[in-house]
Amino acid sequence: MSATTFQPIAARPAPVKSTGLVAWIRSNLFGNLPTTIGTLVIAAILLAVLPRFFHWAFINAVWTTDYEACHTAAGACWGVVGEKYRIIIFGRYPFEEQWRPLISTLLLLSLLVASCMRAFWKPWLAILWIGVLGFFFTVMYGGVLGLSRVETDRWGGLPLTLLLASLSMAMAFPIALVIALGRRSSLPAIRSVCTVYVELIRGVPLISVLFMASFMFPLLMPQGFSIDVLVRVLAGITLFAAAYMAEVIRGGLQAIPKGQIEAAATLGLSYWQTQRKIVLPQALAMVVPGIMNNFISTFKDTSLVTIVSLYELTGAMSLALNSDANWRPFKIEGYLFIAMIYFVFCFSMSRYSLWIEKQVNKSKLR
Amino acid sequence: MSTPPTAPKKSWSWRSQAFRGLIYQVITIALIALAVWYLANNTITNMKLRGIQSGFDFLTGSAGFDIGESLFAFDSGEPYWRAFLVGLTNTLRVAVLGIILTTILGTLIGVGRFSRNALVRGFCTVYVEFFRNIPVLLQLLMWYLMFTELLPAASEPWALGPLFLSKGGLSFPVPVWASGHVWGAWGLLVGVVAAFAYRHFARISFEKTGVAKSMLLAPIALVLAFGVLGWLLGGAPTALNRPVLGEFAIENGGALTPEFLSVLLGLTVYTAAFVSEVVRGGIQSVALGQSEAAAALGLSRGHTMRLVMLPQALRVIIPPVTNQYLNLTKNSSLAVAIGYPDVVSIANTALNQTGRAVECIAIIMVIYLSTSLFTSILMNWYNTRSAIKER
Repeated sequence: MSATTFQPIAARPAPVKSTGLVAWIRSNLFGNLPTTIGTLVIAAILLAVLPRFFHWAFINAVWTTDYEACHTAAGACWGVVGEKYRIIIFGRYPFEEQWRPLISTLLLLSLLVASCMRAFWKPWLAILWIGVLGFFFTVMYGGVLGLSRVETDRWGGLPLTLLLASLSMAMAFPIALVIALGRRSSLPAIRSVCTVYVELIRGVPLISVLFMASFMFPLLMPQGFSIDVLVRVLAGITLFAAAYMAEVIRGGLQAIPKGQIEAAATLGLSYWQTQRKIVLPQALAMVVPGIMNNFISTFKDTSLVTIVSLYELTGAMSLALNSDANWRPFKIEGYLFIAMIYFVFCFSMSRYSLWIEKQVNKSKLR
Repeated sequence: MSTPPTAPKKSWSWRSQAFRGLIYQVITIALIALAVWYLANNTITNMKLRGIQSGFDFLTGSAGFDIGESLFAFDSGEPYWRAFLVGLTNTLRVAVLGIILTTILGTLIGVGRFSRNALVRGFCTVYVEFFRNIPVLLQLLMWYLMFTELLPAASEPWALGPLFLSKGGLSFPVPVWASGHVWGAWGLLVGVVAAFAYRHFARISFEKTGVAKSMLLAPIALVLAFGVLGWLLGGAPTALNRPVLGEFAIENGGALTPEFLSVLLGLTVYTAAFVSEVVRGGIQSVALGQSEAAAALGLSRGHTMRLVMLPQALRVIIPPVTNQYLNLTKNSSLAVAIGYPDVVSIANTALNQTGRAVECIAIIMVIYLSTSLFTSILMNWYNTRSAIKER
């Protein structure tokens, strides 16, 4: 027997570094062959597209409001925004009176932001809303306090977008609540009326509802009776949003365990007491994200009123550039500008919706 | 001994819930009937006063307007109902193609958000956030602007092999019609039947032996093989009608107009963002243990996705995706803003010419309601098929 001699084995390789930038790149970008190929392909595309876009949007862009420079430039013409932003944001509102929509919009916006904060969730918020909306209409419409009168067909741009979105949602909510309760009702006639309403409205596109509001509504009303087109369109959007929201709320109502309603019944609560004190608080808390989604889509859908000739942001933008031959070629920049406005609003709403979802779920944490 | 309790007698007093329910319902119905009667009465009076005729008889009258694009020949002398038919086919063309493309793109983006590759993940996230938060009308207008402004004129298009892209749209070669193509089509049909039969027997043999056979690639190969066989039997016609660069525009070949392309692209890109969110939610809803178990069995990530995650996620995904399909179909009505002659646009023209507002809007509503209903029925059928089968 020979003595076992010490034979060293090769040292193990050092463990791969698993933290830090290099490790992140290794595992996230070049982890295995398909990942590496994917990274290379996408990087190639980005390298081909991004510098071009960067050159177009920034380096070769014209930032001054000089259309002759724009026509010769190779890049974007952001001057168009500087030149036309007042028409894009305020539409056809009389130029020297535009401080009125500015103040109204700022007030409405700050109220919207305030309504999103917890500290303001008090009963007097509703009163504040009524006050601000009253102020909004008075200042925009004028005719009192020495303000000149501005008919609603001259309202436009961002104030109109915000007004249509917030007012139609605020009005749609109570309607949706009633419809949702109606669809869960045990009374067959009421249930079927609500079902027919929801299915009819959800089955057709919004613009056919808007066409109806703007073309057919005068036929439906008695002779000599006319309602402002803005109000008719607002009613159309409200009825449309209500049908969708009713379905969201119904989802919440369905999720309430039956035991809750039975417990309320044993306590001797009436139908309305049960709904108001037991069912709705739980159901509404559950569907807050859904309602926020609804709000976002309504905000975006207000752009459709441009098809029935109301000049909200999208319409005001076309109006601003179509009427001016010097600036007409730079529509794409104008579109990007209002796309950014929409994006800022919708994106912040969707982030807010995530936050509120967390708030609502706090009660479920243990 | 106490007597067994008898059911409370129905009393028609205000205290009886049934009675109150009845009263509520009667009041509701009466109010609605009253409102409908009032509106109808106003409408009839207004129509009489303004001398507006009513009825659907205008549908047989000559339309008197041309339509930019249609799947079948249409000229301005033809009746209104043919014009509506053109609009309907145009709407359906966008909707069907859009639904197919959206499903593909949405699934890819949705799955891409779980990719191990950070670039892919980031790209998909940016895509969703960007396209979801901008109104679809604005997107359609932007696509249309890009097609009509940024592309070169039709006299000097971008050529990509046999394809031409210009302000005039996309031109592509189409096969010259020959009887051989009919043979090919029959071949495809036979192939589909054969593929179904193959899948049936493959499933039976899988249940018996446990050896999995290709359930996707082999059937597709079968369909293609039969198609090619039919085409060969029919004499293998290869003549193509290629687009050629004429003096002012591109001639021959098939063409897609910029209007159609922008509606299709805009709707697809917009709806795909929503579909991908649905897909992501569906995948996240599958319990983590499932993918861990799949990993423990040694399945690759691709297999885990295809065999374990997606089949379970589909059950969560299908109902909301149906909603997105319906949204896409309804949003195709926005084509009116960029001049694509869909059914809303045709109805609008007809409304302006004849003044039959009630009838034209009724036609739009009936068309959209029935397409919605049809899509829902189809998707519900698929939904019940893919639902968990409980014993």
